[in-house]
Amino acid sequence: MNDATDNRGPIIKFDKVVKRFGDHVVLDELDFEVQRGEKVTIIGPSGSGKSTVLRILMTLEEINGGVVYVGGEPLWHQRKGESLEPAGEQHLRQMRSHLGMVFQQFNLFPHMTVLRNLTEAPVQVLGVSKAEAKQRGMELLEMVGLTDQATKYPHQLSGGQQQRVGIARALAMRPKIMLFDEPTSALDPELVGEVLNVIRTLADEHDLTMLLVTHEMHFARQVSDRICFFDKGRIKEQGKPEEIFTAPKEERTKAFLKAVLDPDD
Amino acid sequence: MVPVRPGPFVSDCGVFPMEWTSYLAPLSQGAWVTVQLTVYSTILGALCAFVFGLGKLSHNPLVKGISVAYIEIFRGTSLLVQLFWIYFALPIMGQAIGLDLRFPPVVAGVVALALNIGAYGAEVVRGAVQAVPKEQYEAATALNFTGRKRLWRITLPQAIPEMMPTFGNLAVQNLKDTALVSLISLGDMAFRAEQIRNFTQDSVTVYTLVLFMYFGMALVLTACMKLLERYVGRWRAAGR
Ligand SMILES: Nc1ncnc2c1ncn2[C@@H]1O[C@H](COP(=O)(O)OP(=O)(O)O)[C@@H](O)[C@H]1O
Ligand SMILES: [Mg+2]
Repeated sequence: MNDATDNRGPIIKFDKVVKRFGDHVVLDELDFEVQRGEKVTIIGPSGSGKSTVLRILMTLEEINGGVVYVGGEPLWHQRKGESLEPAGEQHLRQMRSHLGMVFQQFNLFPHMTVLRNLTEAPVQVLGVSKAEAKQRGMELLEMVGLTDQATKYPHQLSGGQQQRVGIARALAMRPKIMLFDEPTSALDPELVGEVLNVIRTLADEHDLTMLLVTHEMHFARQVSDRICFFDKGRIKEQGKPEEIFTAPKEERTKAFLKAVLDPDD
Repeated sequence: MVPVRPGPFVSDCGVFPMEWTSYLAPLSQGAWVTVQLTVYSTILGALCAFVFGLGKLSHNPLVKGISVAYIEIFRGTSLLVQLFWIYFALPIMGQAIGLDLRFPPVVAGVVALALNIGAYGAEVVRGAVQAVPKEQYEAATALNFTGRKRLWRITLPQAIPEMMPTFGNLAVQNLKDTALVSLISLGDMAFRAEQIRNFTQDSVTVYTLVLFMYFGMALVLTACMKLLERYVGRWRAAGR
């Protein structure tokens, strides 16, 4: 018997996962593992499949081959005896409860106040009482430094503030795994720091597994246990931040890092 | 519902000219019928619009098929024919299969107007729902909303304000269309006007009055729809 509370084995495992859009193969038999509590950053050129990996985990994108495991349990499949069959909505909903996602464009609910953005899913999905959800929501707003914005609507906030709400909204569902898809790419440079600071606080949480896609190399180096360099739907190179950033082995990695770290050359 | 009572201008000796103020009483009786027809059929029409507009987006082929058929049939035929069909043809067809499908004129009128406006409204609902960014759908999925809650709590609250300007136009259109029900002898404003004209031959006065009365109603209706629009989209104006 396996579920995401099972403490053995990797919490995320891609086993020969294939993802195609039409004829275009985006993930080509990808093998990839993340351990419990591990903070992994995915880097790589645009179009290399980084978002696709996160979106498959968040069940926003189906797979065309292989098996994805979350907490030892197949994500896109259901066990039937010895064999696996495509997962139904009930299975997907159960699996989704382990994951939270932060989007590049924030994707807050524009018709709800900031606090309501944080309480709606806990109340509607988890069945938490309104009072309890509000209390938890205010705690999360305090954590991201936005208690004074609780009654405002998303459009009244700066991009950096919106993204901090986006992080709090995902955390309100108490996921074990947090997925960040370029959380600061849509922000003005002066607003990037406040969002990274919130993510840094989360990175200190021992039990939380984090999968982060970012171009903030300095930040990635500080918070990650491991860096994965993606190229053309495969992991070209991976290792500890020091190894990847100071002594990359692959030519592609070197070229990519050179391009992002000193773009002026 | 409202019996056609002869107004004060009716006389056995036929036609004679009268003060225009004496037209107001019968015309306002008709106006009240027009208002009721408009309100009921717009509300029922909005209901049809949501049911079939969402039905057209359904993954269930039967629900989708019925919705598409309804929308195409009622948009592709004239309201007058729909009205006559419901009022005159349906009862006869009902008789043939042993059902009593005779409706009072007001019911036939409201139903025909509602089904007609609902078909146009359904396309508006579908369009507005599809125009909600797919990122909103994804955010709701990531937070594990069920399909139904995603629709009611995330998609529709954002889609409805988008529908409102067109809904406002459709409601005014509906008000104007109510004049057609006078043809199944419902005592609405157009019917009363026709009656007065028959007795007085005073076409200019009668139809000028009616023109202004319809226009006044349209203004009030537009104002009501604007208020509703502002109400359902109040979050968009916050802090502005
Ligand atoms: N919905 C889609 N339809 C077709 N192609 C897509 C779709 N989503 C992504 N792709 C393609 O898949 C590839 C990988 O995309 P993505 O995972 O977003 O890359 P990254 O996040 O690394 O920039 C790209 O070539 C992209 O064009
Ligand atoms: Mg991407």
